[in-house]
Amino acid sequence: MQYLFSVIDDGSETATPGGAEALSAFNERLQAQGHWVYAGGLGTTTNATTIDNRGDEVVLTDGPYVESKEYLGGIWIVEAADLDEALALATEGSKCCNRKVEVRPFLV
Amino acid sequence: MLQSEGGGPAVPSLSADDVSAAITKAHHEEWSRVVASLTGRFGDLDLAEESAAEAFATAVVRWPDDGVPPNPGGWLTTTATRKAIDRIRREHTRHDKQKKAELLHELASCEPHAVDDDRLRLIFTCCHPALSMEARVALTLRMVGGLTVSEIASAFLVLESAMGRRITRAKTKIKEARIPYRLPMAQDLPVRVSGVLAVLYLVFNEGYLATGPGTEPVRQELTTEAIQLARLVRVLLPEDGEVSGLLALMLLTDARRDARVSPSGELVSLVEQDRGTWDTGKIFEGQQLVRERLAASGPPGRYQILAAINAVHTSARDARFTDWSQIVALYDQLVRIDSSPVVALNRAIAVAELDGPDVALAIVDGLLVELDGYHAYHATRADLLRRLGRSHASRDAYDRAIDLAGNTAEVAYLTRRRDQLGQGRDRDILRDGASEP
Repeated sequence: MQYLFSVIDDGSETATPGGAEALSAFNERLQAQGHWVYAGGLGTTTNATTIDNRGDEVVLTDGPYVESKEYLGGIWIVEAADLDEALALATEGSKCCNRKVEVRPFLV
Repeated sequence: MLQSEGGGPAVPSLSADDVSAAITKAHHEEWSRVVASLTGRFGDLDLAEESAAEAFATAVVRWPDDGVPPNPGGWLTTTATRKAIDRIRREHTRHDKQKKAELLHELASCEPHAVDDDRLRLIFTCCHPALSMEARVALTLRMVGGLTVSEIASAFLVLESAMGRRITRAKTKIKEARIPYRLPMAQDLPVRVSGVLAVLYLVFNEGYLATGPGTEPVRQELTTEAIQLARLVRVLLPEDGEVSGLLALMLLTDARRDARVSPSGELVSLVEQDRGTWDTGKIFEGQQLVRERLAASGPPGRYQILAAINAVHTSARDARFTDWSQIVALYDQLVRIDSSPVVALNRAIAVAELDGPDVALAIVDGLLVELDGYHAYHATRADLLRRLGRSHASRDAYDRAIDLAGNTAEVAYLTRRRDQLGQGRDRDILRDGASEP
């Protein structure tokens, strides 16, 4: 079962002493234990472009699809046996990157 | 295919009343077993619930004619299992024949889980921390308690359709986010058990101090159900002191239920209650549990301390004989593990009895910022001010308390107290709420 971990950013300074090392160690562990599917950090929402091609013509908007105080800062996609395992990993991930993490299952 | 229906021939020639009593008893005793066992076997809470409900519906039709089977639980589980297999068959007919054959083969060959473990799994799943508190409460009452959606909806004063959606949403999350049907890891167990106890205590308190205009002040079905669930959890986790503590707390509180509301629907304070109407059976059982916990090793948790406080109250045959120094000592112990302002407020109520209302008022005034929105805070303050002869300030505090109180019996009590200000010389202070013994 795969879960999306969304890293929730609010623009505050989140770096903690030793944070980068902890994050690398966490990612290595995800890989070593077979949980790793993908992970990546995102550029700022001001660099986002939103496309809407549902109508007759393509509409391009400079910026994210919704402006909000909190936004997606990065993601992990992990493989976990069940929600308990996923939540345990996300608990660690939240500590390492010092941000809130939303856990959401992919459709099976 | 399963052949026996719980083993042995049925016993016929019972009256309609006997059969109906047998069905009620079976529902009470077997519902959670059937749901738990089917969930363990099929891994699907929804299927388990619907098949269990079908099995009970079948019993209602069949038992009057066929008689009550010698092993009702076995009959119900077997019947529910058949219904579940029928459902799976129907749902897979148009899909994957190969998959269906494999599934049915697997079902025919797999042994049921150990039943008690299944019920514990069911409870932990329903009280999973990834579900909202209201979803946990609703799901536990439905799946473990066997209350109908309509009963749960009316107990919590929401529309049946809304309660149905709440339960469906929770079941869907369990399935799609794959909340596991298993016992928590050893290191998570204490936290998960206290999560389960929080759900049961919430159910109890909603029954004991029911909120909402025009509702019964005590909703007995909820207090009774919470006690039953706590008994079940205690059977399943006999070593856990907090489980026993919560059961004792509920019993010692519920024992005073009838004395707590007057015939005119007004709350009766602990001091004013007719202690002769307290339920001695519940008090005996609750005090017995508290004694067992006192003899056990290890520091007591909050439910055990609250139970001990209630054991002190219920061992005084007259309010005047209450051992207040022991109650304050227990609150001191509680404050050390629970620094919440509500605990500090309840401690202050006991301090008023031991050291006087002026000492208590100084403590209570220090809690204003945290508890300004809590009716019991203002009710306590009103009472202390009244005892200190400060009628004007007392009246204002009663007004605040009445505005904030949601329980009809409490509103009636507070209103009378306010209207009596300056008339009598009543010195009662204690109010009797589940959370403020």
